[in-house]
Amino acid sequence: MLETLMLSRIQFAANISFHILFPTITIALSWFLFYFKLRFDQTNDPIWMRAYRFWVKIFALTFAIGVVTGITMSFQFGTNWPKFMETVGNIAGPLLGYEVLTAFFLEAGFLGIMLFGMNRVSARVHTLSTLIVAFGTSLSSFWILALNSWMQTPQGHEMRNGVAFPVDWFAIIFNPSFPYKLSHMLVASGLTAAFLVAGISAYRLLKGDNKKAPQLTLKIALTVAAVLAPVQILLGDMHGLNTLEHQPQKIAAMEGIWHTEKGAPLLLFALPDEAQKTNHFEIAVPKMASFILTHDFDGEIKGLNEFEGNHPPVAPVFFAFRIMVALGLLMFIVAWFSRFQLWRKKQLPPWLLKVLVAMSFSGWVATLAGWYVTEIGRQPWLVTGILTVKDAATDIAPANVGITLTLYLTLYVVIMVAYLHTLFTMAGRAIEIEEFSIDEQVKPVIHTPSKTIEG
Amino acid sequence: MFEENTLALIFVSLMGFSILLYAILDGYDLGVGIMLPLDQTDNADTMIASIGPFWDANETWLVLAIGLLLIAFPAAHSYIFKELYLPTAVLLISLVLRGVAFDFRAKAAFGHKPTWNKVFKTGSLLASLSQGYMLGMYVMGFESTVAAYFFSVLSAFGVAAAYSYIGACWLIMKTEGELQIQAVAWAKKSGLICFIGIIAVSFVNPLINPGVYEKWFTWPNTLLVLTLPIICFALFIFSLIQLKQLPKMNDKGCWRPFVAAVIIFTLCFFGLAFSFFPYIVPNKLTIWETAAAPESLSFLLWGTLIVVPVIFSYTAFSYRVFWGKVRELRYY
Ligand code: HDD
Ligand code: HEM
Ligand code: HEM
Repeated sequence: MLETLMLSRIQFAANISFHILFPTITIALSWFLFYFKLRFDQTNDPIWMRAYRFWVKIFALTFAIGVVTGITMSFQFGTNWPKFMETVGNIAGPLLGYEVLTAFFLEAGFLGIMLFGMNRVSARVHTLSTLIVAFGTSLSSFWILALNSWMQTPQGHEMRNGVAFPVDWFAIIFNPSFPYKLSHMLVASGLTAAFLVAGISAYRLLKGDNKKAPQLTLKIALTVAAVLAPVQILLGDMHGLNTLEHQPQKIAAMEGIWHTEKGAPLLLFALPDEAQKTNHFEIAVPKMASFILTHDFDGEIKGLNEFEGNHPPVAPVFFAFRIMVALGLLMFIVAWFSRFQLWRKKQLPPWLLKVLVAMSFSGWVATLAGWYVTEIGRQPWLVTGILTVKDAATDIAPANVGITLTLYLTLYVVIMVAYLHTLFTMAGRAIEIEEFSIDEQVKPVIHTPSKTIEG
Repeated sequence: MFEENTLALIFVSLMGFSILLYAILDGYDLGVGIMLPLDQTDNADTMIASIGPFWDANETWLVLAIGLLLIAFPAAHSYIFKELYLPTAVLLISLVLRGVAFDFRAKAAFGHKPTWNKVFKTGSLLASLSQGYMLGMYVMGFESTVAAYFFSVLSAFGVAAAYSYIGACWLIMKTEGELQIQAVAWAKKSGLICFIGIIAVSFVNPLINPGVYEKWFTWPNTLLVLTLPIICFALFIFSLIQLKQLPKMNDKGCWRPFVAAVIIFTLCFFGLAFSFFPYIVPNKLTIWETAAAPESLSFLLWGTLIVVPVIFSYTAFSYRVFWGKVRELRYY
């Protein structure tokens, strides 16, 4: 029987992992929608409205799942990590509070108008609502990542009787890892949404949907992906350098470096062995890790031996990092190659469309892998240097945590199956409908609400 | 700036305020969910359409309320949710089910729609029941006695009835024709149960909590505070008379039962708040003992003072946009 600590960790990881899948899509998809709507307002070309209509439904579904799984998150801290709030609540609280006040209400307040209000408000107000929803989702990443990066690299506080008190809010929010985390996450979201849009559009084209809308969205998504993929690689590199400065033990785990060395090799593959403190089956590029991290082929990199008993488990961090980087490079290649093909030949060969369909959810995998690197790489700390995960855990009976964990996992499987099924059903059904329905031809009208209610 | 005790007071008021708004706002949409008919009728679509643009924002008040408890009174937050671990999980899972069902039912192939309707209804019902159960446990001071469980189960049904009542009143206001007549019937039934529930809680609460008894029944306080139940009673009567006459010509006064229900919710809330203040965990922890650091609370307070009025204005705007009788919900 697992104890409460382990069960709580699994439950927390499951909940946040499931939650983050949906925000990752909505944060960037909302900007796509804003762009579609804006272009429609400018050109009055019905094709933009067609694209907007199709994607706004997927957005609504994704957003709803994001909201309800997020509500679960906000209860988690109290139910499973009571000591977390009691120790760092003075810092975490206001950051979470600002997220609710500034971001969640903004998103939720304008979502209704964005989704269902097109015929009830002017085109301007509707486009503005779409913009506000997009802004709200990005703002919510700002606050939550301020908290998460503070947990990685805390500063701007002082400890009194084992409790953290804020001293300088600016330093707390703009802590050393914050700019890297925020930008890397926002671009991750952009890539995830771009590959989703490209993948579903490719799916429609493959199924013989020869209308203009999927071609257009495919082109836009590939353009976005082609721009963001190299940006992400660059940001990732900068993020790594920052981590080297503040959390060297995490880098050592990511790179699988057991002993401090000069001219450390870049491991393309290896099987880290925690017991013997070495790697098996290494495939390595000599001196490359030193070069990437210190920009000097003979630079020194600290190994895990310097952090005895105080470093994260190596294998999960090591593999998760490789999965993320491999996907980042793959995205770069696929995006550039497809965009180039599209530019030269005006359309993509079926095999390339199939590749894009296969990569529809590659962003999810890379994002989760990235979060695992970050979060597992912080272990055994929950808040670096302040609170360990072990000390934060609840003392509820393991049976109770076991029950809730089982319930959540079952729920997530059901929702995931339904979500994917619905997504592809919607794409399939979009093929049958006409190119433009009557609605797309007309500009949205301003509708004065009927005054049936007196008072 | 603000002194420590003042801050605790301000934040407990803010939290109470968002709990109340949550109960009213998500109350009506949970209530509509509870009453969703399971046969394939257009009524189900209309009912869902009446809450479609609002449910997300309504639930955000819960996030704020829990957030404020977490932020301002972290020790109380840990205490309460440790006691209520399992009911909380039931609440969360039902809210998830209900939220996804809302969206899946609109997009699923036609064959699946009845299934999602069932999920939506069950989710709404379970969410209301678990909230009521949690309220009951809270009032009973988290005792694990048979009496406490019995009372909490009663309270669960009471809250479900109260939500159905305000939900039915919402439908009376937002719909017309056959559905409106149906909603009047629902409102009568659930209103009665809700009324009995309120009376039960009002008797049990002072009987089991000596502190509460003292507060309500010390002269001359009694004179003042007893106006609360009296107004409440009068509103039920008023509402009943209205319901008997509805629907009227030109739909005159269709909004009255809803307004009455909102006031009843508010009065009940103040009754409870008055009973327990300054305890945040009945008989165990006060707001002064559990409040977070003043430097954190004042940092948050400034933002709150600026942001909350803005939230109100765009919420009002959204209600104005969707004012009037429900029309079909379409993504444009
Ligand atoms: C990088 C982005 C990001 C990350 C790391 C998280 N979230 Fe999230 N969350 C969002 C981005 C987001 C979002 C994009 O803003 C969502 C998705 C859909 C939505 O409505 O807002 C959201 C929804 C959402 C909601 C519902 C909001 C509502 O009612 O509208 C809550 C309560 C949370 N989240 C709480 C959390 C907590 C406690 C987290 C960490 C432990 C967390 N989220 C991680
Ligand atoms: C959104 C993407 C995120 C993902 C996928 C994620 C994933 C994870 C995982 C896998 C762990 C477990 C590490 C381990 O125990 O070995 C963890 C730990 C933790 N993370 Fe995150 N996390 C995310 C964001 C956040 C954010 C934004 C916060 C805080 C605001 C946070 C707070 C925590 C806490 C409190 C723990 C400790 C519990 C534990 O170790 O299981 N996480 N996270
Ligand atoms: C090939 C290029 C990439 C490199 C070099 C890279 C590098 C990194 C590094 C060093 C971290 C920080 C771990 C830490 O110190 O906490 C990280 C985290 C992360 N990565 Fe990447 N990454 C790359 C590609 C991607 C891609 C393609 C995605 C998703 C689409 C992604 C998503 C994430 C996420 C979500 C995190 C955790 C949150 C954060 O720290 O911002 N990464 N990455």
